[in-house]
Amino acid sequence: MSLWEYANPKKFMQVSARVLPVVIGLAAVSLCVGLIWGFFLTPDDFRQGSTVKIIFIHVPTAMMAINAWVMMLVASLIWLVRRHHVSALAARAAAPVGLTFTAIALVTGALWGQPMWGTWWAWDPRLTAFLILALFYLGYIALWQAVDDPDTAADLTAVLCMVGSVFAVLSRYAVKFWNQGLHQDSTILKVGEADPIAPAYYVPLVVCIVGFVLLFVALVLLRTRTEIRARRLSALLARERLA
Amino acid sequence: MMPDLGRYAVAVLSSYGATLALLAGLVALTLWQGRRVKRQLAEVEARQGQSQGKHDG
Amino acid sequence: MTALLIRDLRLAFRAGGGFGLGLAFFLLLAVLVPLGVGPEGATLARIAPGILWVGALLACLLSLDRIFALDFEDGSLDLLATSPIPLEGVVAIKALAHWLVTGLPLTLAAPVLGVLLNLPEPAYLWLVASLAVGTPALSVIGAFGAALTVGIKRGGLLLSLLVLPLYVPTLIFGAEVVKRGATGAGVSVPLLLLAGITAGAVALLPFAAAAALRVNLR
Repeated sequence: MSLWEYANPKKFMQVSARVLPVVIGLAAVSLCVGLIWGFFLTPDDFRQGSTVKIIFIHVPTAMMAINAWVMMLVASLIWLVRRHHVSALAARAAAPVGLTFTAIALVTGALWGQPMWGTWWAWDPRLTAFLILALFYLGYIALWQAVDDPDTAADLTAVLCMVGSVFAVLSRYAVKFWNQGLHQDSTILKVGEADPIAPAYYVPLVVCIVGFVLLFVALVLLRTRTEIRARRLSALLARERLA
Repeated sequence: MMPDLGRYAVAVLSSYGATLALLAGLVALTLWQGRRVKRQLAEVEARQGQSQGKHDG
Repeated sequence: MTALLIRDLRLAFRAGGGFGLGLAFFLLLAVLVPLGVGPEGATLARIAPGILWVGALLACLLSLDRIFALDFEDGSLDLLATSPIPLEGVVAIKALAHWLVTGLPLTLAAPVLGVLLNLPEPAYLWLVASLAVGTPALSVIGAFGAALTVGIKRGGLLLSLLVLPLYVPTLIFGAEVVKRGATGAGVSVPLLLLAGITAGAVALLPFAAAAALRVNLR
């Protein structure tokens, strides 16, 4: 059975209804295990003290903030090429989740850096890049809401996502250049680049990463189901108006 | 049971707190929007006498 | 295609709001910033490259929604879409017209504003060079944003939200050229990167913009 079968909205609703409880359950378990383990059962870092505990949120959410955008890009491409509505709606569904993860990455990144930098915000290249990513998310969400016709909105946001992806990558390197000059590594410890690959941190971190991935999947499935229903709703309402 | 967070207690606790708050907000919004659309769809479908499960693509 | 260019230029000059607005805004910014920041020479000299570039960015933004909106509303965009000129060419011409009316005058006026902002002497050449290389990118990126939002009523604010993040790489490298020029450091890296972005944008964005226009014209 090809993956494309799930592009049928009805099929998607059926399969997602069965899959959701499992995903939610697994997400809850891994998040709880990972975060509790990380918060209560890991030692303090030599240099960073207890702030290293923030890694269990900051790293997974930062990864997901990027992965969410990549998923939106793939879904947008599938929509443009194969015109599967579920794909376009999934991209729309993923955006607020990605934006929230970006916000969490920003807040935890800033809070992690505060003891090191002494300020609540610093224009660290990584944080700045995430701030710009947040703006891309906002623009994408705003465009979906501003266009009335759903198919037009899907097309325009898909094109925006593609162009935005190119510029997001360009911005990432530009910001690195802007803060430190190209190929010049900072000697100051950068937030998130401490490498506590000691098993004491590594394993709970992986569990948390898995947990956040599953949380993303669960939320996107839920939201896509809502989008599919909303689309059916407006089609029915339009039919009523014409009758 | 709370580990000794030392002088970083504020940073660590507010990180976890902010994260929980943001995630709770997102989940709440998702569920609320989901329920609202589901209800509206059911109303309209009942009104139009559509049979369940029929989809118009 | 030249006919289209001349037509657009004539419209921009005639309609009044098109031409002088960007320049006037640019001048306003160069006056407001010292008023806000304080007249101290050293401070102004340090932030002048950034202020000039941000000012150029914002001034370009002002006239973006005019690129397609007027033609969209009176139906001429439909005619252009069905004309023998490919829509990508139409986009390129309109972006060029926008640059001639906005980006180019800004580039030429910038040294005067540099004086107001106490820009260090060696930086003037690089100010003009970076703006000359970078403003075409601003026009073509802006044209893409305008194509996306052409069907949206009062889409000006949304247009800014979409376009400004896309301006970030050009802004960073453009301002960096001027900053390095001021201190005499090597400008070749940021200048080349700036040129690369402009070249890429000019070559590829007309296709994306044309696609967006086709969607909006359906």
